Amino acid sequence: MQASRAPGIAFIFKKALISALVALVLFSLMIGVRTEAGPQGLLVYETRFGDLAAMVAAVFGGSIVVELLRQWWGPVGTIRVVPPQVTSTLAVAGRWVAPVLLVFTFLVPVIFYDQRYILDLGILVLTYVMLGWGLNVVVGLAGLLDLGYVAFYAVGAYSYALLATNFGLSFWVCLPLAGILAAFWGVLLGFPVLRLRGDYLAIVTLAFGEIIRLVIINWQSLTGGPNGVSGIPRPTLFGIPLDNSDNGLAALLRIEFSPTHRIVFLFYLILALALLTNWVTIRLRRLPIGRAWEALREDEVACRALGINTTTTKLTAFATGAMFGGFAGAFFATRQGFISPESFTFQESALVLAIVVLGGMGSQLGVALAALAMIGGFELFRGLDQFRMLVFGMAMVLLMIWRPRGLIGHRAPTVFLERNQAISSDLVKEGHG
Amino acid sequence: MDYFAQQLINGLVLGSIYGLIAIGYTMVYGIVGMINFAHGDIFMIGGFIALITFLILVSFGLTAIPLILLVVLLVSMAITALYGWTVERIAYRPLRHSFRLAPMLSAIGMSFVLTNYSQVAQGARVKPVPPIITGGYTLHEGAGGFVVQLSNIQIIVVITTVVLLALFTWLVSSTRLGRDMRACEQDQTMAALLGVDVDRTISMTFVIGAALAAVAGMMYLLYYGLVDFFMGFVAGIKAFTAAVLGGIGSLPGAMLGGLAIGLIETFWSAYFSVEYKDVAAFSILIVVLIFLPTGLLGRPEVEKV
Repeated sequence: MQASRAPGIAFIFKKALISALVALVLFSLMIGVRTEAGPQGLLVYETRFGDLAAMVAAVFGGSIVVELLRQWWGPVGTIRVVPPQVTSTLAVAGRWVAPVLLVFTFLVPVIFYDQRYILDLGILVLTYVMLGWGLNVVVGLAGLLDLGYVAFYAVGAYSYALLATNFGLSFWVCLPLAGILAAFWGVLLGFPVLRLRGDYLAIVTLAFGEIIRLVIINWQSLTGGPNGVSGIPRPTLFGIPLDNSDNGLAALLRIEFSPTHRIVFLFYLILALALLTNWVTIRLRRLPIGRAWEALREDEVACRALGINTTTTKLTAFATGAMFGGFAGAFFATRQGFISPESFTFQESALVLAIVVLGGMGSQLGVALAALAMIGGFELFRGLDQFRMLVFGMAMVLLMIWRPRGLIGHRAPTVFLERNQAISSDLVKEGHG
Repeated sequence: MDYFAQQLINGLVLGSIYGLIAIGYTMVYGIVGMINFAHGDIFMIGGFIALITFLILVSFGLTAIPLILLVVLLVSMAITALYGWTVERIAYRPLRHSFRLAPMLSAIGMSFVLTNYSQVAQGARVKPVPPIITGGYTLHEGAGGFVVQLSNIQIIVVITTVVLLALFTWLVSSTRLGRDMRACEQDQTMAALLGVDVDRTISMTFVIGAALAAVAGMMYLLYYGLVDFFMGFVAGIKAFTAAVLGGIGSLPGAMLGGLAIGLIETFWSAYFSVEYKDVAAFSILIVVLIFLPTGLLGRPEVEKV
């Protein structure tokens, strides 16, 4: 660090002062004054100058800290040379992360058998891993930005819930049906948006997600509207119920019944579904269709020039991603036993998309780690319910600034000549589909 | 016929509000090429600041309505513009040369931050205010007793919109700032070489967009008499729809699109069903993008290889 590059204390102080001044104006009315409904129903207000002063002081202090950190880190464009030993050690470690993580996941129900909370959290994380892997097909592989992924999740959940409660179909019959229905909706969405690119595509998929949610809310005779569907049957082990009855699994195996059996079963069920998603994605990447997806992500015009049918390529990407969303939705419905439109808001879509982008888009391991970090982070803030989304939004902005390419910012090429080489994702284009 | 005329008036007023928000989207898209996802929330913040300023002024014993409105308008525009500037400075400027998805996600994050910030700071309840501007004119009394009315607040909304639009068109077409903005829209590198301060111009675009959104927020408060922390999301998507419908990047297009969306929404609620009015607006977005991807007044995009 050269001394000449580092601005002096006066500069830092001035910058912090300006930040504090801006913060003072920004927060003056929104935080300094609180409106409440008064006794006669009219709004009254009270002042909170203490909170305002605390916020402004926090901005002042934070600004100084950020500026000091920036000086310590050096200018943004600096190229940091990582010693080759470190790189190779990291590469070796990287190769072992996935298998170790997988083995650990398999052992979670054994290790934490008595801790219901951890098992529930594990199921939640795995659900988001599955959703992330499903969306990864659309966003990561095909490069189509989808902001309405939660619509397919909702279609899957409502398919299972309605088929099971109205026609008494079992989970194992409904699971493929939910996937097929979601895929059908994926194609239905895919058709009109075939010609759209980038941001337009994003906003149309967002609108589509909202339409599905609004229809679910308003079509009360079918979906129960805002009250949702309750009494959704629990899953069975291919017909054997996991309950306390005479023909339940516990009775058949002659062991003592425990409600944890069902939780463990759900855990392995979602693990199997997630691994299925992962396996299908990895296999598809090696098939012509997977290659076509990745080619489409890199350059649509070149794709067309090479004779790839972009219509079918996009539609299959939408359908495949939607199908996995549908599976996850059916699982969600059977796990909760109750679903309502509140579970399928735009926030869910944004959360899944954030997981995919944070995971590095296209990297299966990255998505899994990002889901773990996001959902785990969400759980940490469970006590501060009001602040949860606030922190989530801030984290999203900061992560984009810090690592716009996600945690695992490079990807292994699908096809290579002679030697396999990781490509920095700065060289990779995304989302121009 | 009377019913139709009344809905036409209501639709035009609603459309003016959407148009004011849509201008912010279309300007930012024209210059930076990104959807400013947080713009709907900037509109919401504008509404809140107008509400709080209004309450403070009334509690200080001010009674002259025109004076109150003027002060509320100026304060709300100034503070909301600073919000727009801050959002650009924190969330978008560091990502200007990053890959295309990054500012989009950062914008979504910023939208969550603003929504939940106002929920935490001001509470989740809907904030109602008593009607500030009352009275109006009866235009026509029908045979069945149906009265076509034009209220004073509707007149104020439309006049404010027209005046701002005129002011703004002048700003873009005949001032130094407007010329800089158009230059940055065409080619940022070339504009920088010719001495245009690109960073400052982009900041000013966000500031102007936010100030117009603040006006829209205040009009919304006056017209509907309430604000809540979640109103930015749906209003934002509809205004974006308006911008797309009019042809993104085109200022008259944004206003035209806003009016169209306002009319469609009002007539749909009046003649079909209120529950599905948002579905109608979003379906319009999809239909327009399929058949008219460049919108009503937009220029076709040239595909470069």
